[in-house]
Amino acid sequence: MSDRDSYGLGRKELHELYRALRLTRTAEERLEILQKQGHVTGGLYRSLGQEAGAVGAAFALRRRDDGTGDFLAHTVRAAGALFLFGGDLEDFFRQYMAKGSGPTRGREANVHWFDFQKGFVGPVSPLGTMIEIMAGITLSFRLRGEERIGMVFYGDGASSTGAWHEGLNFAAVQRCPMILMVENNQWAFSTPTHKNTRVASFADKGPGYGIGADSVDGTDVLEVFDTVRRAATLVRSGEGTRMVELRYFRRLGHAQHDPQDYVDPALIAEWEKKDPLDQYRRRLINNEWATESELDAIDSEVFEACRVAAEKVIDEPKPHGPDAVDDVYTDVRVAYPWTRSEAPNPAAART
Amino acid sequence: MTTTMETSAPEHLTKTSRGEAVTLLEAISEALFEEMTADESVFLLGEDIGVYGGAFKVTRGFLEHFGANRVIDTPIAEGGFTGAAAGAAHMGLRPVVEIQFMDFISPAYDVITNYIATSLYRGAGPMPLVIRGPVGGGNRGGPFHSQNVEMAFFHTPGLKIVYPSTAYDAKGLLKAAIRDDNPVLFEEHKGLYRAPALREVLPDEDFVVPLGKARTVREGQDLTVVTYGAMVHKSVEAADILDAEDGLSVDIIDLRTLLPMDDDAIVDSVKKTNRLLIVHEDTRTGGIAGEIAMRVSEKAFEWLDAPMLRVTAIDAPVPYSGSLEDYFLPQVDDVVKAARYLAAY
Repeated sequence: MSDRDSYGLGRKELHELYRALRLTRTAEERLEILQKQGHVTGGLYRSLGQEAGAVGAAFALRRRDDGTGDFLAHTVRAAGALFLFGGDLEDFFRQYMAKGSGPTRGREANVHWFDFQKGFVGPVSPLGTMIEIMAGITLSFRLRGEERIGMVFYGDGASSTGAWHEGLNFAAVQRCPMILMVENNQWAFSTPTHKNTRVASFADKGPGYGIGADSVDGTDVLEVFDTVRRAATLVRSGEGTRMVELRYFRRLGHAQHDPQDYVDPALIAEWEKKDPLDQYRRRLINNEWATESELDAIDSEVFEACRVAAEKVIDEPKPHGPDAVDDVYTDVRVAYPWTRSEAPNPAAART
Repeated sequence: MTTTMETSAPEHLTKTSRGEAVTLLEAISEALFEEMTADESVFLLGEDIGVYGGAFKVTRGFLEHFGANRVIDTPIAEGGFTGAAAGAAHMGLRPVVEIQFMDFISPAYDVITNYIATSLYRGAGPMPLVIRGPVGGGNRGGPFHSQNVEMAFFHTPGLKIVYPSTAYDAKGLLKAAIRDDNPVLFEEHKGLYRAPALREVLPDEDFVVPLGKARTVREGQDLTVVTYGAMVHKSVEAADILDAEDGLSVDIIDLRTLLPMDDDAIVDSVKKTNRLLIVHEDTRTGGIAGEIAMRVSEKAFEWLDAPMLRVTAIDAPVPYSGSLEDYFLPQVDDVVKAARYLAAY
């Protein structure tokens, strides 16, 4: 694979990839600003250094907005995939700011949201569970004879859970058309990979389930794209479940509250040289697939889009407290705490 | 689904249509069969349910009739296939999961409580999914084939929990559960599966028993017994003794659905009898009796003429040997004794 290989992608698509990488980074940088201003509810989990994994992989799938396309289960460090699947930028900020106007109406955090027409399903925090869920989603594709496939992201840490094993084993046996995307960023919170597994590569786990697995440099967006595209072809043609390991490095803490003083700074500096956005930009320029000014224009457009979207959302209302009782069931409303609606009167109780 | 097979319905799954009595187990099989016939989106997942027909033979003949795309034999991984059912439910299918013995549901606890029961609330839409399987003791099954699991899940908003005591209710409740857009945990007491006394001729029509509604098993004035599952029948036995020997009439409420609970049925009965005994086969601490007593305290405290009492299993794992298990489980005599105490209070 030469640095000059564009894997059959045209200029427009190559630029689209760049924009998705830039959007991931800039949207998260905007979140940092918002967090410092006190607008973000809960943690902020950056994907710095991992953007190309999500973007390259999602770009290889069939993305539709009418409920007929492929399906994505993203993670908080795969926002680029969410955006490529049509996740709205304003909704992204609404979710982080816990707004009532957001897709989960303030019930859930950050990227944990859903759109089955566009084809994405948000995660639950114990991420191994999402392998089970995607197994079922893609089982339905197979049972109905649809040519759709699914892709589920999760970290190296989730690879140790029982749910991961049970979901993957089920999927492999049932030949569910799905790709497991292992985000091997070398850290599960503060736990290094060697304390999570004894395999040298997460791709080594594939043969234990009778499935094919690949391992790819997760900082190289085109290599990720090409690897996943080939995996997707196999999965779609009936091979069933496959796995792709994305190799990269989490250059910031688990979340913004984590200074990651357990990581050797020299290691971080080394991985900075492999920054996915920088290396892709150099490649676009060197191969004359884009000019500096074209890329600068994309940068400016994305910066403005994020600034405008975030500012629009800041003043939107928080959800109404009593709405907390809604949507527990489709048909039964749970009770309000009786002390919230009336002043308790002991005498009335005895009548 | 694309592959419904056109074969005639097996005889053992159509007894009701010929006016024959069915057991509680056969009522469940008929409910599954009829719902799968009526709605192609209904399909089954579970261990040994296809070729073998299920450990208790609830799905005998289903694989041959509906085909392998709708009757799926799974790996031994309750979390894996329950989670997969949830994914399929997202896509508009209506999966019915069989847990071979409900004692084995624990690997699925994570996906049920964190994912399935929260789906609607998190904005991921309805979750039309039934998780059903055998529960309960009295069969010398030991600690791992005898448990009641309702209270492990009772504390889970978003989930419904159903526990029938008759063939009629089992069929009607299961059909309602399959049509419900919320996830339903459906407990089947294995001691009732083939109990001859529970055989009954069911209406030869499409009927459901609505979820969330209790049933008054018999009317009485002196005492309320709130119960469900196999304990309904022990409570009826006890009531017969109390009627014959003490002249006491007992109001018996069969909850049928534990979550959400029919508070009105309980409170109305307590306001009539002023005495409450709760009987459940599940263990004592953290059992449903505590929640019922709290609700009655909130809604009918002034009507009580005696402390609320409970008859339950003891706080121990389910023992294997018969003499131990009989001591462990609540018996008719326990119900009689507690009722006499309450009546005399």
